[in-house]
Amino acid sequence: MDKARPVLEMTGISKSFPGVKALDQVSLTVRAGTVHALMGENGAGKSTLMKCAFGLYHPDEGTIKVDGQEVSFVDARDAMDHGISMIHQELHPIRTRNVMENIWVGRTPYKKVAGVKWVDEKKMYNDTKALLDKLGVKLDPRTMVGTLNASNCQLLEIARAVSYGAKVIIMDEPTSSLTEIEAELLFKIIKQLTDEGVAIIYISHKMDEILRISDEVTIMRDGKLVGCWPASEMTQQLMVSRMVGREMTSQFPEKQHKPSDEVLLDVKNLTSAVKRSFVDVSFQLHRGEILGIGGLVGAQRTELMESIFGLRPIASGEVWFKGEKTNIKCAQDAIQLGMALLTEERRATGIVPMLSITDNTVLANQTAHTKQYTGGGFFLNEKKRVDDAQKYVDLLSTKTPTLKTAIQYLSGGNQQKVLLGRWLLLNPDLLILDEPTRGIDVGAKYEIYCLMEKMAQEGKSIIMISSEMPELMGMSDRIMVMCEGHKSGEVQGEEVSDERIMMLASTYIDSENAAKAAKA
Amino acid sequence: MLKEKFNLRKFLANNALYVIMVLMIVVIACISPKFLSVRVLRDILTQSSTRIIVAMGCMFVILSGQADLSGGRMVGLAAVISGSLAQQSTYYLKFWPTLPELPVIVPVVVSILVGLFVGCANGFIVSKLKVPAFLATLGVQMILYGANCLYFNKAPNNSQPLGGFLPSFSNLGTGAIAGIPILIIIAVIVMILVHILLTKTCLGKEIFAVGGNAEAARVSGINVFKITMITYGIAGACYGLAGCLEATRTGSASSTYGLSYELDAIASCIVGGCSASGGVGTVPGVFFGVIIFNVINYGLTFIGLSSYWQFVVKGVIIVAAIAIDVRKYNGKN
Repeated sequence: MDKARPVLEMTGISKSFPGVKALDQVSLTVRAGTVHALMGENGAGKSTLMKCAFGLYHPDEGTIKVDGQEVSFVDARDAMDHGISMIHQELHPIRTRNVMENIWVGRTPYKKVAGVKWVDEKKMYNDTKALLDKLGVKLDPRTMVGTLNASNCQLLEIARAVSYGAKVIIMDEPTSSLTEIEAELLFKIIKQLTDEGVAIIYISHKMDEILRISDEVTIMRDGKLVGCWPASEMTQQLMVSRMVGREMTSQFPEKQHKPSDEVLLDVKNLTSAVKRSFVDVSFQLHRGEILGIGGLVGAQRTELMESIFGLRPIASGEVWFKGEKTNIKCAQDAIQLGMALLTEERRATGIVPMLSITDNTVLANQTAHTKQYTGGGFFLNEKKRVDDAQKYVDLLSTKTPTLKTAIQYLSGGNQQKVLLGRWLLLNPDLLILDEPTRGIDVGAKYEIYCLMEKMAQEGKSIIMISSEMPELMGMSDRIMVMCEGHKSGEVQGEEVSDERIMMLASTYIDSENAAKAAKA
Repeated sequence: MLKEKFNLRKFLANNALYVIMVLMIVVIACISPKFLSVRVLRDILTQSSTRIIVAMGCMFVILSGQADLSGGRMVGLAAVISGSLAQQSTYYLKFWPTLPELPVIVPVVVSILVGLFVGCANGFIVSKLKVPAFLATLGVQMILYGANCLYFNKAPNNSQPLGGFLPSFSNLGTGAIAGIPILIIIAVIVMILVHILLTKTCLGKEIFAVGGNAEAARVSGINVFKITMITYGIAGACYGLAGCLEATRTGSASSTYGLSYELDAIASCIVGGCSASGGVGTVPGVFFGVIIFNVINYGLTFIGLSSYWQFVVKGVIIVAAIAIDVRKYNGKN
């Protein structure tokens, strides 16, 4: 396979939206059989550029060539017919249909009998089976997609892209919802695809991944091209400084806070009311401590934290907070006690899309401490609301045109900052962060880390669920690891290492699988 | 900010509702110039007033992301109940023959309270029993109609239209203060109150939040059950008030009152810019949504067109307004 042959060439692409120039003369050349990483901070224009390549946007200027032929895509379908496929950051499979129907949706194989097109189930099954086998994906084509976990959904999307005979596959943050083991499988598939001459455009914020798997790296900043380099010439330091346009000395702020001996949160033998969720979990959290929660996807970490916060039912066990036994029935109770929870699913349980930055920022505080805004009267003090929102926009350096902008028009990282502001505004004693930096660029990440450090110094306590090992190890004073709903261990100080955490995170998996196998 | 040239297409898309209304008024006025008069304006507003109150109630439910089909039948029930409590002692077919003549406030308050109760029942069924709002309120609609017919058929009334209202009661619907019909004044007061509630109070902000993303609202400590109860409760109270006023306006009441008002109200809300999935909507928008339908009703009759045409034109307007509206949001991406 001729690796030097450019399969996708984008030249001088510009694209404007009302009020903002999202892309300014950006060029990108992707060669067959290579992995081309596309990097940049949130809002740098990566997604916009890819949407131009995939026919979702029409560039104002510039040309796109596929295999040397100039093209102008009408829509995504047109792009796919030209061999360009895109796997979006947020997947939307049809959950109530099975794997093979999802793969062939819109082009179901059929047999024509008596002038009527009948679905050819057998061909569909065999084709799907062959496709999945080729990719090394162990999935039954008849599995209902709703029962698949995040990583299998991702694999399903990749299989679908391959089934279109794609020459270029765009992957937008494919590993953001995958655990390390699952990511390994993805890399294997990527390797297999590139060996066959497929080009991969890989968007990610995870630099170790990019250095490992990519051949070339293109970096963007503020809608402009910074440059394109062979991955072999790159280092993490170089990439970061080129992305943010300044030197970044460290990935994490220096640890200056000191956890006190005072126990803030004491969880005793907590068991979920839901079957197959967490069982008999106990842990303590001190004032001024950052507790990391590690584990694989499905370890029930989110469920545990949301149960403590009153969002999910508990069957047994006790939660003690500030030395008193609590009886938290809903989020309101938890907030009144001084807890805050930044949830994992930004879209589903975080933002209220059509409401403004101001409305979204004060949402929780205005309900919990209405008097701050009404002074005991009936009407809200609009100035106080705006001031509060402005304070956190400034503090977190959120990029937004105005405070009146609906939050749905902000980039993911900026949405996350607004949501963080929502919880900080409550001035909580305990802040629970569930994957706080998922899908966020390095600059914003560092700002969030600094904020966590500052809060800990002020004697606030933080629980951080994270699937990113460096973050977990870099920020936490102590790490609790969960596996399959059980607490599998705690590590701190000298004991902290990748291997130790990974081992704890998979403690029960093998034994459970063994038990299942024995039953079958 | 990039300077944008005046774009006719964009302007039309953003102001579709107003453009359609102006066009209609121009067309009607060309055919019959007398249409442009204070009297016609007053008639249209008076006719719209009860519809406005129903639409305001309905708007709360739509903003919170739910649906309510019980409005029309609630109007009918409130009309009959308030009418039955507001008859003169001398009227030969008095519904409650032994009932003394009550102050006008009694039927009004009773209608509002009955509406409030039914609304809260709706809220409870939707948010506690978890019945989908469309079906829950469809059921309640049937119950209301049945209950209304049973009440209305009570001896000695036996389903005769109610009449013989106290002058103080009828005066609400026909009287005027300083030349402005009382009904219009009441509708304006309701609109102002709703506007203030929605834009200036914590409750209003919480309603928008629940409609915009109920899960996010719940996580942020908003009591979604409470908000749902309140929105349906307010809606019910509005329907109750509107039903009572409908009786005063027409000087009569029967169990068929309010038929399909809920659909007109929903259409007015959506045409007036409310998002059908919740979280978006304004009082002025809904007001114009109501007015445009009444301009059609009144205007087409005014130029002597068959009333059957009104349905056709209304249907076309609903579809067209929403088709244009959808494009408005598409353009933003």
